[in-house]
Amino acid sequence: MQPRAKPSRALPSPDKTTVLVTGVCGRLGKRLVRVLHRNVRVVGVDRRPFADKPKDVMHEQLDMRRKKLKDVFRNFKIDAVVHLGIMHDPRASAAEHHSWNVAGFGKLLDYISQFEVPKLVVLSSANAYGPQAGNAQFLTEDAPLLGGQNFSDIRDLIEVDMLAQSFFWKLPATETVVLRPVHIVGTVRNAASNFLRLSTIPTVMGFDPMVQIIHEDDVVASIVRALEPNTRGIFNLAGTEPLPLSRLVALTGRPTVAIPHALARPILEQMWNFRLTTFPPPELDHIRFVCMVDDRRARDQLGFRPANSARECVTSLASGKW
Amino acid sequence: MGRAPNFTLAADETLESLLGETYAARVARVPLQLGETGVDPFGLDPQFAKYALLWVAWMHRHYFRSEVFGIENVPKGRMLVISNHSGQIPIDGMMIGASMFMDAEPPRIVRAMVEKWASSLPFVSLFFSRVGQVTGVPENARRLLEQGEALLVFPEGSRGISKPFDQRYQLTDFGLGFMRLAIETQTPIVPVAVVGAEEQYISVANVERFAKLFRMPAFPVIPQWFVPGGQLPLPTRYRIYFGEPLTFQGDPDDDDSVIEEKVQAVRQTIQSMLNRGTKERKHIFW
Repeated sequence: MQPRAKPSRALPSPDKTTVLVTGVCGRLGKRLVRVLHRNVRVVGVDRRPFADKPKDVMHEQLDMRRKKLKDVFRNFKIDAVVHLGIMHDPRASAAEHHSWNVAGFGKLLDYISQFEVPKLVVLSSANAYGPQAGNAQFLTEDAPLLGGQNFSDIRDLIEVDMLAQSFFWKLPATETVVLRPVHIVGTVRNAASNFLRLSTIPTVMGFDPMVQIIHEDDVVASIVRALEPNTRGIFNLAGTEPLPLSRLVALTGRPTVAIPHALARPILEQMWNFRLTTFPPPELDHIRFVCMVDDRRARDQLGFRPANSARECVTSLASGKW
Repeated sequence: MGRAPNFTLAADETLESLLGETYAARVARVPLQLGETGVDPFGLDPQFAKYALLWVAWMHRHYFRSEVFGIENVPKGRMLVISNHSGQIPIDGMMIGASMFMDAEPPRIVRAMVEKWASSLPFVSLFFSRVGQVTGVPENARRLLEQGEALLVFPEGSRGISKPFDQRYQLTDFGLGFMRLAIETQTPIVPVAVVGAEEQYISVANVERFAKLFRMPAFPVIPQWFVPGGQLPLPTRYRIYFGEPLTFQGDPDDDDSVIEEKVQAVRQTIQSMLNRGTKERKHIFW
């Protein structure tokens, strides 16, 4: 059999499973690679350079929307794709955001079907359900994705989730797994972690919703589980047991300031306009309303048990370089 | 610093005298699923609820001087408590909750299904959540019943609570959701009639245009609110009747007309309990 890779590359044994990880240079991607590369061959794809990558990991620095992505599929026999390369930068232009998330993912899906990749794992988010006053306390996987209702900037993230879902019936030969974790907390730089890193943590006066958070390593563990054969479907990942937001904030030991919503919203809007904050105003709803998930399916079918408590999540905020 | 522990101590003592035992001892007998933080998954925090209970218990015993009938009908496991809804402000729910906690054996913390609108209000949503009330969506109800909890549902909803005075003790239409839920989860229904709440606030009209304007479920006109001290409910005497549990069989996804019949059976039961209760009482205030 002819080797598929270019001869210049030193490849590990070809019978090893090959996993393509998009968005590999993000904090979560790097953590995932560190776990994966011991057992499987990892090919990373990202626009950014992968500075401190493990030696046996291959990295292709490219834009997912480019034709070059096809070469990756051509050169390596990809056995699974883990899609982490979802852009969630509220400052990016809407067009760029949309084309990256939707067109880029569409390309990826095309190649997955063309090269008959047997497995696809997509990291969506429980935020796709959206925080709402009338939410069920624990949303199941069948709950509608209403996150875009009051926060239009995340509509393309919901579209990614939907596109992945359409793959269930479009390409039944590929085992598709959609993971919807709650707020990921750790060294990652997402809204939830950044919020808990603020020197003074603002809260909305008179609101203290129950929240769930999940440690980044637990998300990595769930992706590893999702890569196992014969798993498919949508899985909510609930992480820690639910706790009031105030208790979570208390774990950080930082001072808080409670602001009435009637003030908080316009203040945040102005701060957003003047680029004084990284939190888009609609995200205020996350500290007002519940958006928690029921993870029974992940527990039963993936056998997934989060290992880290809320305290450990908060401790890991500061650790690691960022 | 000095005042807080004194207040806690005084609260504990008052509660003990109202309950006949310490709060902790009573809470220990309630089947609860508290997490590491001492808060249950729906946000119920017994330490917070203690202070709420303090004045609810006082209202129950001394302000409304509630008389509770048939509390021995309350079963042990999961149940749906179905009651009439009245009084403009859901004090009736609090008093049912108080009697389930103070008078039933074993004590139960009843969880009411709260109007979604309330979950969007500051302080109100927080308060409701910490005392164990949950947003009124079927998923929550199903989950609580699976946990073996006692659920309080007012099938009249905001239609019932905002009834003007001339329609007192006349049940409005019942929603069908609770019956489907009861059949699906094989849960006994405990019919409850609350007599006395209708007279606590006398509403002469419900201005729907204002309700719409302010996005409220109802806009009652209550003249006593304009009199100093009239903001408090009138100290009517509450009479709370717990009926025998009813169980229903059938298909939870049946036609509305079939479910409607079963709902009517519950409605009739509560209406006749109400009629009996209003007839039996000698006076609104004592």
